[in-house]
Amino acid sequence: MQSQLPFSPEQASNFAPHVDDLMLFITLICLFFAVAVTFAIIIFFFKYHRKSPNEVGVPIHGDSRLEAAWMIVPLILAMAMFGWGAVVYVDYRHAPPDALDIYVIGKQWMWKAQQPNGLREINELHVPAGRDVRLILASEDVIHDFFVPAFRVKMDVVPGHYNTMWFRPTKPGRYHFFCSQYCGTNHAIMGGWVTVMEPADYAAWLSGSSGAEANPVVAGEKLFAEKACVTCHVANGTGRAPSLNGVYGAKVLLADGSTVVADEAYIRESILQPNAKIVAGYQPLMPTFQGQLTEEQILSLTAYIKSLQSQPVPATGSGIAPTTEKR
Amino acid sequence: MPHEDYLNARYGIRSWLLTTDHKRIALLWLGSVTVFFFIGGLFATMIRIHLLTPTGYLVTPETYNKLFTMHGVAMIFFFLIPSIPAVLGNFLIPLMIGAKDLAFPRINLLSWYIYMLGGCFVLYSFATGGLDTGWTFYTPLSSIYSNSAVTPAVIGIFINGFSSILTGLNFIVTIHTMRAPGMTWFRLPLFVWAHYATSLVMILGTPVIAITLLLAGLERMFHLGFFNPALGGDPILFQHLFWFYSHPAVYIMILPAMGVISEIIPTFARKPIFGYSFIAGSSIAIAVIGFLVWAHHMFVTGESVYAALTFSFLSYLVAIPSAVKVFNWTSTLYKGSISWDTPMIYAFGFIGLFLIGGLTGLFLACLGLDIHIHDTYFVVAHFHYIMVGGAVMGYVGGLHFWWPKITGRLYPEALARTAAITLFVGFNLTFFPQFILGYLGMPRRYHTYPPEFQVLNVLSTAGASILALGYLLPMLYLTWSMRYGKVAGQNPWPATGLEWKTDSPPPTENFDVTPEVTWEPYDFQNRPDLGLAAGAPSLAPAHGDD
Repeated sequence: MQSQLPFSPEQASNFAPHVDDLMLFITLICLFFAVAVTFAIIIFFFKYHRKSPNEVGVPIHGDSRLEAAWMIVPLILAMAMFGWGAVVYVDYRHAPPDALDIYVIGKQWMWKAQQPNGLREINELHVPAGRDVRLILASEDVIHDFFVPAFRVKMDVVPGHYNTMWFRPTKPGRYHFFCSQYCGTNHAIMGGWVTVMEPADYAAWLSGSSGAEANPVVAGEKLFAEKACVTCHVANGTGRAPSLNGVYGAKVLLADGSTVVADEAYIRESILQPNAKIVAGYQPLMPTFQGQLTEEQILSLTAYIKSLQSQPVPATGSGIAPTTEKR
Repeated sequence: MPHEDYLNARYGIRSWLLTTDHKRIALLWLGSVTVFFFIGGLFATMIRIHLLTPTGYLVTPETYNKLFTMHGVAMIFFFLIPSIPAVLGNFLIPLMIGAKDLAFPRINLLSWYIYMLGGCFVLYSFATGGLDTGWTFYTPLSSIYSNSAVTPAVIGIFINGFSSILTGLNFIVTIHTMRAPGMTWFRLPLFVWAHYATSLVMILGTPVIAITLLLAGLERMFHLGFFNPALGGDPILFQHLFWFYSHPAVYIMILPAMGVISEIIPTFARKPIFGYSFIAGSSIAIAVIGFLVWAHHMFVTGESVYAALTFSFLSYLVAIPSAVKVFNWTSTLYKGSISWDTPMIYAFGFIGLFLIGGLTGLFLACLGLDIHIHDTYFVVAHFHYIMVGGAVMGYVGGLHFWWPKITGRLYPEALARTAAITLFVGFNLTFFPQFILGYLGMPRRYHTYPPEFQVLNVLSTAGASILALGYLLPMLYLTWSMRYGKVAGQNPWPATGLEWKTDSPPPTENFDVTPEVTWEPYDFQNRPDLGLAAGAPSLAPAHGDD
């Protein structure tokens, strides 16, 4: 654990030391240039101060080698900043595959979180230390942004999109989270606390207060029947729509010949805009559910569809693209 | 000796409101942008007072949100964007290139009337419910959810855009077609180069913001789904369109200020500017590359990783021409004959503040760092260093530099130096703490904040009160000097530009005879007319030929 930078929040995630290192690196380079230029100005200012009222300066028009030097050196340093920053960012944008998924919904002006077992929280988020956590972010209304200064990460929460962010909390404790995208009247009080717990405490906390009816998989299964999804998406693949068994995370072959990985965003799009991507071999029959489901209901349906991964995939009628290995 | 100039050539209100003289139109602009500056400044004052305590001191959350929104709209669209081009550019470009007026004098007046019309719509919005969307008008907050007077505001900004476009057009045509004999492209003052680059951005960028805000307005009024996902639109599309203009708009504000500094430094160092062609070229480079960096405002919107990498890379490229300018200005001081006159103090202040503003841009362009500091007070501090520390210091410095030309009078020098230093100190005290607040994690646009952020907020408010004094002082003594200031004469500094070869204030026709340019820019050596130690070995004791 490195020592803390002055004027920085506590370091409580895997990203915090990297972001602080970047901060230090760029600060030192910038400080060098700022001090150099300021010193030059101050020295010139006194050394070449006008000594008589009609004195003139030495006519120096420029120097191409100097111009080249002060373009190339800053460019090299800038590319170093770009490269290092890119490494951290690319890591941040790619969550590890086995991360713990927690759903977070922003709405004017509160945050709702749902743990994997269905436990709901409002303006609070409990996460285990040492475990990769992925937040799947959805908005009910305007754009919000989930920002945890101690973790040094944030991500916009955009209506109509699923954004994801991830982090690995490193230090148990309670940390502020804020909405950092202006979202209307009570933007400033749309925040709360992230509680980082030891894994054992987190497990005890989860089991101590969970209810089965709150489980998103159970809720999703109920919705799947209520909204009559089940009449077409028959599990054995004989329905008018593809079976959803094992579809999450698989490659789906589309009518136009392309394939798409069935992630949360794809499932969401298929519910809200079914005609955007038609599975090969099927007709565009499904009605849109735009405006008929809340973000929470969509999340429940998604959770249910994800849970079908353990179900046997029918030989035909799943829409899952044959993998190259099978060929 | 009473002689006729543009101010006393004609009298009466009609002679001002129907004038086609670029110098009089510049003064109309001076008056109106000053009004918007003080409206925006009043909002800023209330914001800083409110933030004295963590729970908020002065106003309700709704009002606070309106204050920062109206502060941004008034300052950006109605003060910063027109300030230097429409006031100083209007007044000086024809004088600097040896022309009698701009190419289209009546269109020039029309620009001002369009601005006033747009301004009326925006003031109407402020007065009838205010505006609480943020100056960025992000959808779907602005198009669906806000209950404030969004529609008149977007109409006002839409209308105002045409003023910018027409001014840009006028400048470009003027610079191409109306240069005096001998005024070749590479003899143009760098102020003119900067305005040429600015005009390109105005013409190419402004239509995009106008259309974007129009679409947001249509979505609001008629529920057409452009940006609202519930109607099949995409809120991210708005941000792409908005920043396609609004990032280059930053260069509309800062490029003219860089032009002002490029005039002041050689004048008060009494030597040619170092690297003329590099400073001129860097203005054009900034204008061009500036159009290719917009999505660096969107690194955490979920935009594709490849887009983020591209825009971060391009954002670092645009830093290079700005660095080139700073290095060249600094080198110009080397072996100069430097005076401490007020415009030079503003130029030093500009370099110091622009340096901090520009360098902190490198932090924000860094992808890995932006995920922490995006949308925090770090951003607020950064863009105020550029727009206030840079653009406004340049504007006020330029007003001082050319005040003797505009009014024929000198301002009180000691008071002016005091004000310049007050501004510099007050500015830093106001905005430097905000960098730290941002890194500590205070998000922007918060009417209330956790108590641990209070000390830095109080410092910032203390700085703002010094800053306010720094703006009021020039306002007072410049007004005073119009009547009581010392008579300036043609060329009080002296400076080398053509604008200094006519009377102060200039006659309506600018020059009695069209001047012919035979000298290189910022050349003090071969200009016996300046009355300096011309042709003498430099730094030798002056023998003076006056």
